Amino acid sequence: MMFIPGNNPAMIKDAYIYGCDSIMFDLEDSVSPTEKDAARSLVFHALTTIDYGDKELVVRVNALDTPVGIADLEAMVRAHIQVVRLPKTESPEDVVFCDQQLTRIEKTIGVKEGSTGMMAAVESAQGVLNAPSIAKASTRLIGIALGAEDYVTDIHTTRSPEGIELLFARSMILQAARAAGIAALDTVYSDVNNEEGFRKEVALIKQLGFDGKSIINPRQIQPVVEIFTPSQKEIEKALAVMAAIEEAHKKGSGVISLNGKMVDRPIVLRAERTLELARAAKVLKQEA
Amino acid sequence: MEIPQYQEFKNELHGWYTDENAHKEYPTLHDREQSGNKIVSSLEEAIRLCGLKDGMTISFHHHFRNGDYVLNMVMDTIAGMGFKNLTLAASSLIDIHRPLIGHIRNGVVRRIETSGMRGELGDEISRGLMGIPVVFRSHGGRAAAIESGELPIDVAFLGAPSCDAFGNANGYSRDNDTGVICGSMGYAKLDAQYARKVIILTDNIVPFPNVPFGIPESDVDYIVKVVAIGDPQGIMSGATRYTKNPKELMIAQSACDVIEASGLFKDGFSMQMGSGGASLAVARFLRDRMLRDNIKASFALGGITGQIVDMHMEGLIKKILDVQSFDLDAANSLKNNRMHQQISASYYASPRNNGSAVNQLDLVILSALEIDVGFNVNVLVGSDGLIRGAIGGHQDTAAGASISIITCPLTRGRIASVVDKVGCVVTPGKTVDVIVTDQGVAVNPLRKELGDRLKDAGIHVVDIGELRDKALKLVGTPAPIQYTDKVVGIVTYRDGSVIDLVRQVKDNE
Repeated sequence: MMFIPGNNPAMIKDAYIYGCDSIMFDLEDSVSPTEKDAARSLVFHALTTIDYGDKELVVRVNALDTPVGIADLEAMVRAHIQVVRLPKTESPEDVVFCDQQLTRIEKTIGVKEGSTGMMAAVESAQGVLNAPSIAKASTRLIGIALGAEDYVTDIHTTRSPEGIELLFARSMILQAARAAGIAALDTVYSDVNNEEGFRKEVALIKQLGFDGKSIINPRQIQPVVEIFTPSQKEIEKALAVMAAIEEAHKKGSGVISLNGKMVDRPIVLRAERTLELARAAKVLKQEA
Repeated sequence: MEIPQYQEFKNELHGWYTDENAHKEYPTLHDREQSGNKIVSSLEEAIRLCGLKDGMTISFHHHFRNGDYVLNMVMDTIAGMGFKNLTLAASSLIDIHRPLIGHIRNGVVRRIETSGMRGELGDEISRGLMGIPVVFRSHGGRAAAIESGELPIDVAFLGAPSCDAFGNANGYSRDNDTGVICGSMGYAKLDAQYARKVIILTDNIVPFPNVPFGIPESDVDYIVKVVAIGDPQGIMSGATRYTKNPKELMIAQSACDVIEASGLFKDGFSMQMGSGGASLAVARFLRDRMLRDNIKASFALGGITGQIVDMHMEGLIKKILDVQSFDLDAANSLKNNRMHQQISASYYASPRNNGSAVNQLDLVILSALEIDVGFNVNVLVGSDGLIRGAIGGHQDTAAGASISIITCPLTRGRIASVVDKVGCVVTPGKTVDVIVTDQGVAVNPLRKELGDRLKDAGIHVVDIGELRDKALKLVGTPAPIQYTDKVVGIVTYRDGSVIDLVRQVKDNE
């Protein structure tokens, strides 16, 4: 998910060319208070004018306890945004409030209720501790994300290259996402020029189980794609697992084995996920 | 005694020898160097000795780029001596040459021939400063015009970072480095060869012989020692840096994909790349692929950068033909590397020269201000109608290279780069093969087979009309620029034919 400042027309107009999966237009922290209106209008016109192809489109609105935040919601639902990202989510009530506002606006303009998705960003100790209930607070939620900059400040530390201080929050958010059946998205890595550090962090969060990474520069796309794309060996193994299942189903056999090892449900699920990722990364050759 | 059959040899033999025929030189090398030989006391004296007259043509090179002191110094002196109505034939003009505006107003300069111009000078000329239009020529076109005598130069004023007392001049010095260095003297070499009189201006008189030399003493008439020929910072940028602009990087990757799929990416290929961000990134990405596939280029041509030099040092590019050294790394390589050769503008690109090095190019990567749906390219006139660029070697390399590739973002800010019709045709669409943008690659319909090859390789090939539509949808159609009927520039093709005219921009004030 690539963050695009909502007040930067040059970046907004061709954010789709770089190959990220999701574009998040930011109306919150990257826009100064005096430019909130202009950015909102700019993003609205971009969404209603530019063809972003198959990219998932997300807007980070301002906090909903401010008039600016509500105005953002009003405009973005009218621009038929796919997902609203709620910043600084502290509690399930925050999510419910946003859900209610979305429903109200959808009703007003005659859009199908529930058609606007939501993503909750957790950026404080309170939010992290409430993550499991936040993740289950609305059927609109497609994912939960960590916002690390505010979070480390809240827990009285700073970000380190290894990211040890984020381990608890990342783990909490991941469990919350999995328990609720939604996506888990990791925080941004701000040192754009440190590709090695970035790669390390992406490998770490992939190993933890995250579904994706927030990025702030198109140059960060390629490393994420490379790390998340299954290797040819992994793909072959997954294909072999799927073939073995099919074979077993044909035979009506209950027990499936591959190269003398039993293939159980987790293995099948992992194989399916590998193939899904491979398809998404367009590295899976056309299956027969 | 009769010389047998003297009638037969009368045009080559000059009668019998007498001691009148022999001239014995008694001074030593030391004596001659002490006496200064071709060095004259002042620029004024050199100008007088050359016999400069009103209405004559004078020339300059642009190897000192935006650090050049020579052109302004010479023009001030000439103006001070009272000369008028001169034709200025500079290989190119840049921002630092803005004092020319005053010399044009005062009638010192009546006509200009150049590859391009920028800054205030470009603005003023676009607004109608001159009575006679400026003639724009490519580097190869200028060389051809000078060689053929169509552009005769009366006096060439050539700045040189080193020169001995006899006129052997160069863009560097192997043993007397003063820190002022420009590398190749490619454009100056030609002027030195063909101008009626040649004056070298240098701040660095070195011992004879100044080897290697870019300009031989046989081409030089007078030498003037000056305090400074230029600002080293302006003459040479340091090491050219790689771009971090994600769009340029993306375009460069696409250009590399095109090169790889073109069928020309094989051992022994030849190439030229510019000094812009995207071009440099192409070199960097191509390097990785050359290492991967164990492919080596036979030579790199043109304006040379540190990136090309690095690849040469790694053995990826066997030889370098250098008409202009873009950065300090390139200049130092010319100074130190045996297979890094200095070439003249004629050797580089003259269309009258069958062996012209551009004809040996497999690939060239070029940039553009605008491209139209007919693949015509503009590198000279901005979207505001003002002259702000140079033809350079664009026409020459596009014509000479087996495949010419233009890299260009689809839009720059609110300005579309792919348009219906370019504001000024510089390089004709017939010679432009592939356009690589951030939103797809377009192939000239004249190169259908190339287009098919790129498509087969999975490259996102689109119709150029589609790119234009996309650009217009993003940024809208701008209001047309208002011009008067006055022609301020004549844009020539490399053979001397006129390819377009630049009109005066109407002032709104």
